[in-house]
Amino acid sequence: MEKTWNNRAWFLVLPVLLLVAFSAIIPLMTVVNYSVQDTFGNNVFFWAGLDWFQELLHSPRFWQALARNLVFSGIILAIEVPLGILIALNMPKAGWGVPVCLVLMALPLLIPWNVVGMIWQVFGRVDIGLLGKTLSLLGVDYNYVQDPVDAWITIIVMDVWHWTSLVVLLCYAGLVSIPDAYYQAAKIDGASGWSVFRYIQLPKMHRVLLIAVLLRFMDSFMIYTEPFVITGGGPGNETTFLSIDLVKMAVGQFDLGPAAAMSLVYFLIVMLVSWVFYTVMTNYGQES
Amino acid sequence: MLELRNITKLAGAETHISDVSLKLERGTLNVLLGPTLSGKTSLMRLMAGLDKPNSGTLHFDGVDVTGVAPQKRDIAMVFQQFINYPTMTVYENIASPMRVAGADRKTIDDAVQRAANLMKLTPYLQRMPLNLSGGQQQRCALARAIVKNAGLVLLDEPLANLDYKLREELRAELPRIFAEAGTIFVYATTEPSEALLLGGNTATLSAGRVTQFGKTIDVFRKPNDLVTARTFSDPPLNTIVMRKSGNNLSLDGGMAFPVPAHLGDVPDGIYTVGFQPHHLSLSPAGAAPVSIRARVIAMEITGSESFVHLSYADVRWVMLTPGIRKFETDETVEVFLDPQLLMVFDGQGRSVTNHAPLAA
Repeated sequence: MEKTWNNRAWFLVLPVLLLVAFSAIIPLMTVVNYSVQDTFGNNVFFWAGLDWFQELLHSPRFWQALARNLVFSGIILAIEVPLGILIALNMPKAGWGVPVCLVLMALPLLIPWNVVGMIWQVFGRVDIGLLGKTLSLLGVDYNYVQDPVDAWITIIVMDVWHWTSLVVLLCYAGLVSIPDAYYQAAKIDGASGWSVFRYIQLPKMHRVLLIAVLLRFMDSFMIYTEPFVITGGGPGNETTFLSIDLVKMAVGQFDLGPAAAMSLVYFLIVMLVSWVFYTVMTNYGQES
Repeated sequence: MLELRNITKLAGAETHISDVSLKLERGTLNVLLGPTLSGKTSLMRLMAGLDKPNSGTLHFDGVDVTGVAPQKRDIAMVFQQFINYPTMTVYENIASPMRVAGADRKTIDDAVQRAANLMKLTPYLQRMPLNLSGGQQQRCALARAIVKNAGLVLLDEPLANLDYKLREELRAELPRIFAEAGTIFVYATTEPSEALLLGGNTATLSAGRVTQFGKTIDVFRKPNDLVTARTFSDPPLNTIVMRKSGNNLSLDGGMAFPVPAHLGDVPDGIYTVGFQPHHLSLSPAGAAPVSIRARVIAMEITGSESFVHLSYADVRWVMLTPGIRKFETDETVEVFLDPQLLMVFDGQGRSVTNHAPLAA
């Protein structure tokens, strides 16, 4: 077939190119620009080459923050995915309970991040918080401001409270799309409850679970607002995740070069891990 | 023998199955024929034990099984959707009912190979069901039903989602495969032609009731009532309301003809007269054909037959005639009807020509 060239067609693509340029490419290039230069303000720049990247990759501060992020995301996935599946399996499939459950599940998702942070910050306070005060009255030694373990537990419980609903809703959508005939066939075969889950429900939820894991990984890996509001990265640096460290460096210390280098590395890690997740899980889906 | 005694099933305020009694013998093929929502699936679910009837009892070989769970009932069921376990190979899918039953490896392997061979699935045994065509997926589900060797096999419109050719092929094979095992074979369908092709017995369903049960050909030829006749006719049954007085059957201001012999002792009154689309013809047939001048509304041509939609005295009829015919819309054509073939129903819709009692 003969191709016809029409250069005017480029005009139709132009708005999208401009939009993407201003929203993504130009800001990203600015960051790239900062990451290879040094500045003391006043628009005076010195060429720094890859120095900032070298410094970053040799700094224990960066590796510690990265390790915290990975551990945090791992814990979040290990709790929220099984818990989400469990709740979705036990939600009603028909009747008045469905809208009630769906609204209850959607509520935490509607609350802004910083508000969630504030809620738990107050909720957990030992002097006035419902949770903190109750626990200390019961004799439990709980104080997220001083104890790193308590701080981690608070942030994890808060994230589970905030985001398990997302996994639940996705899984529930997968579950209700299973035709009733599957359950009837399994019943006639005499399949056990576990078999029904393993061979019907799990395979049918596979696709939405992939999306849920991906979303929860990316989101938990980029967590910022909640620990910033609750602990501010403390006690010490115990809850200083990459994003918090980044903001400290850029805004607190005004080290724009190192912060830019860190942003790029952070960005690449998120991209890479998400890509690996996606590839592995879609391949797994095709095999089975 | 499976026996249903006065089964009624309610769902909320709605009645899904209303006072159904049936006796299905071993080694027979039984068709449940009825339009969508007539209760075919509900009745099958009751037979399978997936639902419990609100009243009435179910007996299998004389034993009351009304409350018994489906897995303890020795049944197999195939659905309209292609239901297989998505993460198991075709082999494992077919083997699954036997694995649950705890059979040994040799027995399972023999049964799976035999069923796969019958369903022409041998080359695909190591494939995943979702990588197969629709026909192969349904054959996999059918093979699962075969290996179970159940006493009662329920097929709920199993061929509805398959393409034409495969449907014909499987429809011919299925009764043979299951008949060998001496099972009770129940087959639900919405298509009258499918019931006729399958043969055996047919129970016609309408609004949750079994309107007639008997040999398929008898139900088709001698329906007990208008509802059964309508259910068992595709294209729709042609009807017209006529008056019988003395020896004359007439339409006010329209056709009139002598009452055919088989209606001789019917009292005078208003009756609904029905006849099948192929009973109308373009050339006279029978002993005393009635000539009718009707207007053509539309034409439909299949490969070797023509459906002519006609309007006569404000009612619509369909004529099924062999060969390809060409008529213009609004053209008036002369068609013939043999009064000997008429089915006549009284004001309550009961047949006055066929008094066979409803089989219990």
